[in-house]
Amino acid sequence: MGNHDEHQKLGTIGEQLRRAGIPRRDFLKFCGELMIAAPVGLAITRKAWAGEVAADLLKTTRPAVIWLHFQDCTGCTETLLRTSKPGVADLILNIISLEYHETLMPGSGKQAEEQLHSAMRNYAGKYVLVCEGSIPTKGDGIYFKMGGKPGTQLLEEAAAKAGAIIAMGSCASWGGVPSAGDNPTGANGVSDLIKGVPIVNLPGCPPNPYNLLGTVLEFVRTGTLPELDNNLRPKFAYDRVIHEHCPRRPHFDSGRFAQQFGDDGHRHGWCLYKLGCKGPDTHAGCSVRHFNEMPDVWPIGIGAPCVGCTEKGIAFNVPIFERASVHNFTPPATYPPIATGAGHPAHIATGLAGLIVGSAVGAAWTAAQRFQSSQEGAAAHPPDPPKEPVPAGTAESGDAPKQNGEGA
Amino acid sequence: MSLSRRQLLKMGVVGGASAALTGAAMAEEKPVAPRDAVAMLYDATLCVGCKSCVVACANANGLSPDTRLDPLHQAPADLNSFTKNIIKLYTPAPGESGPYSFVKRQCMHCVDPFCAAACPFHALSKDKVTGVVSWDSDKCIGCRYCQLACPFETPKFDWDAFNAKIIKCEFCKERLARGQEPACTYVCPKKAVIYGRRDLLLREAHHRVEKSPGKYFDNRVYGEVEGGGTQVLYLSAVSFDKLGLPNLSADEHPSRWLRWQERVMKGFILPIGIYGVIVGFLKQNFREHDDEMNDEHKKTGLLPQI
Repeated sequence: MGNHDEHQKLGTIGEQLRRAGIPRRDFLKFCGELMIAAPVGLAITRKAWAGEVAADLLKTTRPAVIWLHFQDCTGCTETLLRTSKPGVADLILNIISLEYHETLMPGSGKQAEEQLHSAMRNYAGKYVLVCEGSIPTKGDGIYFKMGGKPGTQLLEEAAAKAGAIIAMGSCASWGGVPSAGDNPTGANGVSDLIKGVPIVNLPGCPPNPYNLLGTVLEFVRTGTLPELDNNLRPKFAYDRVIHEHCPRRPHFDSGRFAQQFGDDGHRHGWCLYKLGCKGPDTHAGCSVRHFNEMPDVWPIGIGAPCVGCTEKGIAFNVPIFERASVHNFTPPATYPPIATGAGHPAHIATGLAGLIVGSAVGAAWTAAQRFQSSQEGAAAHPPDPPKEPVPAGTAESGDAPKQNGEGA
Repeated sequence: MSLSRRQLLKMGVVGGASAALTGAAMAEEKPVAPRDAVAMLYDATLCVGCKSCVVACANANGLSPDTRLDPLHQAPADLNSFTKNIIKLYTPAPGESGPYSFVKRQCMHCVDPFCAAACPFHALSKDKVTGVVSWDSDKCIGCRYCQLACPFETPKFDWDAFNAKIIKCEFCKERLARGQEPACTYVCPKKAVIYGRRDLLLREAHHRVEKSPGKYFDNRVYGEVEGGGTQVLYLSAVSFDKLGLPNLSADEHPSRWLRWQERVMKGFILPIGIYGVIVGFLKQNFREHDDEMNDEHKKTGLLPQI
């Protein structure tokens, strides 16, 4: 198949939505949600309003997406489908052309395998490969096989022809749950195994589906991936720490903490930091982009501390109830009083200091008195002058008696 | 050489006249801010206590947050080696009525700075154009006289550091050099603290006082004359004393005493004089001691032992 045929087959997003009978209003709402999920950092949402985003996207050719499962729980697929408004899942599946997805496709066995290979052939170099789950490497990959091939081989084949790879979820990003502890299967993330193809990590357990859609649509519209951070996470969704936008932040700043699950503070919706919330450590947009398009549907919103699932080395590595470290300190909601200076010395301290000084002065006075009296005593009774050696016989008569005698 | 009575009288007259003249000159001379002196005007009645200025100050000056009292927050108790700018809260004592008030504390950038007067090596100096009082690490010997001299208790010593610094507000002088205003005035969402030339801000402050008489304490701008005037000006509804700003009279400024000191130390005359007196005393004592020893020797016939 040539490029022309491929384009004919996929069509633009606008054509597909008209064919599926999806109202423009629904699509506009979707575009609005996308703008909220990715307010900065994406070219497709850098527009004045949802209508402009829609006009831009409707002209775009639908992206071909191949979705592979590895060691996963299918939670990331579920998050894509569990959007609260019934129309949105349909909408999503009409925006992207999902060529292969084991959970969603009706075919199985030989049919499914054929579909995978024809999609890889037809859209070679163009398709977006979405990986869900970690890839086991121990024992030549015997822990995961599909169509007789180990996961590593499957990934290498699919990655070689992919335009871009999206690692969906924490497992595909850096191993996730299967890599926890001793990592018995040698579970790895996609970016640990594949080099030379642009890779985007969308960690989360599960990640927000709008992050996936934003990344995919940006790729097909502009041909480039959004700006990434050190862990290959797109900055438009992972540039902020949950703590910075947390709705419970005022409780943190005022020192109102839930001390244990079910206590008064917990029931009043106070800060979960002391229950082990990893919000201060975790880069994700959860605190502003809740799940299922419903307000407060996210862990902290329902009173469960954040486990840090989007952060490498935190979720599944750091104990859930261990306290996170705060990185960006800001002032609390309390104020220092005017006078915080030296204060006044305690009475007992003053007394002690007086006692010490007084005894020192007394000792010095006594010593001085004694010294003086010893000096006076020495003056009153001078020591005998040293006797000069005198000839024998004259020793008895001193100078003074002699003089007396002379004077007499 | 001998002095006649006439000469002596002449000298006395000249000396008395010169002393009277210098005294008159001193009484008139008042510290004057440079023409283009920069200033801040903080209006405590506008401040909402958001502490944006505290954070902006720490960021602009590269100060790490003070978490010593509260390990989760940047919560300094007072100005310290981590904090050049702080918002404090005045609450009326129990049983006392009156409004609450925030107060922003930082270096006042005195027109006649006490710290610079106390500094033996001119490590603290006042800029001749902007009037900003800044600290020079190359000249500082770490004596901390500035801490003792400052009536506003502003310069802080970095006790924990090996190579300690004096930490105080320097009016974001790097930002001023780039043509920006200080971080705290830039970030203030209520414009409770504003930046400008001192004469213009003084005029603005008086205008505010005139517009709503009785709103501000004493209908007065703190810093206009206090301690010879400061380049940080305050307006407040509660008394400045309660906000921790000391009661200083207009002529309590260091150059009054400093001028005497300079005069006395001119040409090193006073130290040389004192040295001469001490040497004279010593000589006198030695002479007396020698005489005493000779007398002893004559009396007892013993050789002097000391």
